[in-house]
Amino acid sequence: MSRFPHRSGRPPRTRTPSEWRTPADSGAPAESRTPAGSRTPAVTSVPAGAALPGGLRAPRASRANALHAGAWWLWALGLAVAASRTTNPLLLGLLVGVAGYVVAARRTDAPWARSYGAFLKLGLAVLVLRLAFSVVLGSPIPGTHPLVTLPEVPLPEWSRGIRIGGRVTAEQLLFALYDGARLAALLICVGAANALASPARLLKSLPGALYEAGVAVVVALTFAPNLVADVVRLRTARRLRGRPSGGVRAVLQIGLPVLEDALERSVAVAAAMDARGYGRTAPVPAAVRRATTALTLGGLFGVCVGVFGLLTAGGGAWGPPLLAAGALAALAGLRLGGRRSARTRYRPDRWGVRAWLVAGSGLLVGGLMVVWDQPALHPGVLPLVAPELPLWPALSVLPGLLPAFVAPAPEAPSAPEAPSAPEAGPRTPPAPESESGRRPENGSGKESR
Amino acid sequence: MIRFENVSVTYADAPAPALRNVELTVPEGELMLLVGPSGVGKSTLLGAVAGLVPHFTGGVLRGRVTVGGRDTRDHKPRELADLVGTVGQDPLAHFVTDTVEDELAYGMESLGLAPEVMRRRVEETLDLLGLAELRDRPIATLSGGQRQRVAIGSVLTPHPRVLVLDEPTSALDPAAAEEVLAVLQRLVHDLGTTVLMAEHRLERVVQYADRVALLRAPGEPVLTGPPAEVMAVSPVHPPVVGLARLAGWEPPPLTVRDARRRAAPLRDRLAGRAPAPVALPAAAVPVPAVDAGGTAREGRFGALLSRLRPDRRNGPAESEPGPTESVSGAGAGGGAGADVVSARGLAVRHGRVEALRGVDLTVRPGETVALMGRNGAGKSTLLGALTGMVTPAAGRVLVGGLVPHRTPPRQLVRRVGLVPQEPRDLLFAATVGAECAAADADAGAAPGSCRELVTRLLPGVPDEAHPRDLSEGQRLALALALVLTGRPPLLLLDEPTRGLDYAAKARLVEVLRGLAAEGHAIVLATHDVELAAELAHRVVILADGEVVADGPTPEVVVSSPAFAPQVAKVLAPGPWLTVAQVEAAL
Repeated sequence: MSRFPHRSGRPPRTRTPSEWRTPADSGAPAESRTPAGSRTPAVTSVPAGAALPGGLRAPRASRANALHAGAWWLWALGLAVAASRTTNPLLLGLLVGVAGYVVAARRTDAPWARSYGAFLKLGLAVLVLRLAFSVVLGSPIPGTHPLVTLPEVPLPEWSRGIRIGGRVTAEQLLFALYDGARLAALLICVGAANALASPARLLKSLPGALYEAGVAVVVALTFAPNLVADVVRLRTARRLRGRPSGGVRAVLQIGLPVLEDALERSVAVAAAMDARGYGRTAPVPAAVRRATTALTLGGLFGVCVGVFGLLTAGGGAWGPPLLAAGALAALAGLRLGGRRSARTRYRPDRWGVRAWLVAGSGLLVGGLMVVWDQPALHPGVLPLVAPELPLWPALSVLPGLLPAFVAPAPEAPSAPEAPSAPEAGPRTPPAPESESGRRPENGSGKESR
Repeated sequence: MIRFENVSVTYADAPAPALRNVELTVPEGELMLLVGPSGVGKSTLLGAVAGLVPHFTGGVLRGRVTVGGRDTRDHKPRELADLVGTVGQDPLAHFVTDTVEDELAYGMESLGLAPEVMRRRVEETLDLLGLAELRDRPIATLSGGQRQRVAIGSVLTPHPRVLVLDEPTSALDPAAAEEVLAVLQRLVHDLGTTVLMAEHRLERVVQYADRVALLRAPGEPVLTGPPAEVMAVSPVHPPVVGLARLAGWEPPPLTVRDARRRAAPLRDRLAGRAPAPVALPAAAVPVPAVDAGGTAREGRFGALLSRLRPDRRNGPAESEPGPTESVSGAGAGGGAGADVVSARGLAVRHGRVEALRGVDLTVRPGETVALMGRNGAGKSTLLGALTGMVTPAAGRVLVGGLVPHRTPPRQLVRRVGLVPQEPRDLLFAATVGAECAAADADAGAAPGSCRELVTRLLPGVPDEAHPRDLSEGQRLALALALVLTGRPPLLLLDEPTRGLDYAAKARLVEVLRGLAAEGHAIVLATHDVELAAELAHRVVILADGEVVADGPTPEVVVSSPAFAPQVAKVLAPGPWLTVAQVEAAL
């Protein structure tokens, strides 16, 4: 023992209280505590809670109070339903604004949270594409306000009904804009859910029998980002060989090594997963196994036949009960099947009050929008009128903001800003300390010598 | 605990078995170190313990491997998961989930432990490995050392009775490596865990081992014994053992402390001698000679460039003064303008993270500089900025008189070459021959010049082999040759000794010394203090993106406990750094 500096136990004990603090704290400790509160970062980090008294403020997000991923998805789906019920650009803008505000207030720095930007771009692309199609291919909307007349491509007789080029009217463009905006808003709502809840966490809530399949899906999902990272890495490597990193030839030359890497990595991950017990099964009596198979297969068969009965004429009497029985049997099969897997769950997300509030607020928005089915939700384009903001539907979008106040606030978005941006100038001396506070794991090793 | 009985492993399509008739027993609670040159089957042996060989890799395993009484023939890896924890060479390939805490819990979830037990063990492991601050972090955002610790933690939580590690400290800086080893030591002492690990960096691990198993060559029987006995005959050994052989200490000491206690006579013998460090003459002799040649080449090239530049660069005039001015400086030859690298106040940001801040660095022709510092200190970023892959946020950097990120790759490749951490990234073609031909074309060199370089660096690399089938050392030699084909005056290497055994490392040192003598400036980013001691004239230590030390190797390295090589620690306060220096002086 003497030849070995017994240091392993020390990192936790030698850590000073300041090192235990979170990055956000150590980044701007003085500012957030001074009563004056003159520095902005501490205030902007909790934008929603700043106005509330301390007790009502949303807590700092941590693993323990993490919101159930399903709550975020329900909230986003509620907003998406609302978006699908209207083409009023003002309401759609309001919905996107609400979703965007919540994302800005509550997303973390995790890689999946960055997908929101991608979804925004996708929505914009959909909008532009919709407009372009309308301009190029024309539209069935009759209009009286021609804007431009494009040269029309003469098409043969058999393709009547399709038009390329020709007159572009204001009505047609407006209609396309409304339509595209609705689709874009839908996408952005889905993007918000993606940014706020890790997809992997959602899969953790799957029933036991499906968990293994869920893990396989998650691993497959990480394949795409890894592939992108590989491509970037190999493109820079191409630069090192003195070749231009763009162009079709570059992609073709990189393609094979990238796929080879991906294959190698998947085999390695599979080996690691197996070595860590993925796919272990508990011994299950043969009778239970047989019952599981019978219930699952029988249940699925019942569901199929039930659906068939529902859809065919005259099957109304026996369809629904059969469907219900089939669904029940399949669920029982899944539940029994769960017995085969011996896994347990580590800290599953709990569905608490905050989850109810978040999910409820989204569903409320969706529900209210379904209820207010008034003409103002679909502003006409014939004749051309400016869309007006209907009061009650607009007010009913606002509950969607609730998550920005009740969901636990992540500290990550404010953390990197606090140490880097403001301290670059006058506060240079303390900066190294805050750095070592951020990564004490290596610092402590060195100091203890 | 682990028993190999007459085990042979033959992979499909392999001409010879990877392991032949291995007999090995590792009793419970022992830390056994597996050593040997690369390619002798260490990874195969480790894989066989967890059942990954042959269940996952294919091939035929003859004989019997039993772990805790379970025969790997009848038990798949998943059925051994509660007994054996395995961490492979690449921690990234090991991760299943996306955050640290989930990753630590994953193995326990698979085994079906009770939630309270899982919770407690995760907390314990977070503390044990110093990961508490990182518990909610996505794994993708961790540095190399942090990943390695998470990987070890993730196999520790199920409390396996056997731990199998393949090069656990190769990718870590010295301090992080010591932390990991301290944790292993603690597991062995306090929990009675059996540890079997392979590691090339013996100077880091050999003193922790209870016994060492030596695989000398493929197919030879395994030699096991106490570390000192095995090290006395081993072809691979840490510098302190080399020193012991030189000084005739029997049995050889394994730790710096033991060596120091025996080294008093040696220190006395060396005290009178003028320390003749090899670094200085190597730097002094070739620099002037090659400097002239280098500048002559630079001069012609620089003149050509300055002639080309005005009409080519008329459009973007904003960067005009900087480059031209210093190109003409290089053309004039001699003075400060001949620096291969000159960086002033260089700053780089990755998003909101400041990776480099106000870095000043100059490198002269023929000089070898070692960049050191902990994982994530900005070493790779600095190399990236020198090769134009990273655009600086502030400050300026000139490489051979050019601004790297504004220079087209085809031109830059004649100024600077980088061998990345994963030399494999540079290899695109299907055979070594095709790769060399492509490199000749890229650099505009005479056909066959790259191939010649490969043969010079490492004879015996077959022309028709697939680059992926080469050993680590061969791959490094090939990548080095590809980069050198452009005859760049500046050569950068990122972590070149990872995965290299001592023989391959010695060859690399020889090659790099030769290149420095020819006038190449070399910058190495490395955690390997022994490599830095052998090669570098100067050491630059980075911490959190800033240069915290920059000076001649003996001065910087001897004064720092973390970065001092073993010989320096044993012979301190003498300025001796390597066994070779001592040997030359005696």
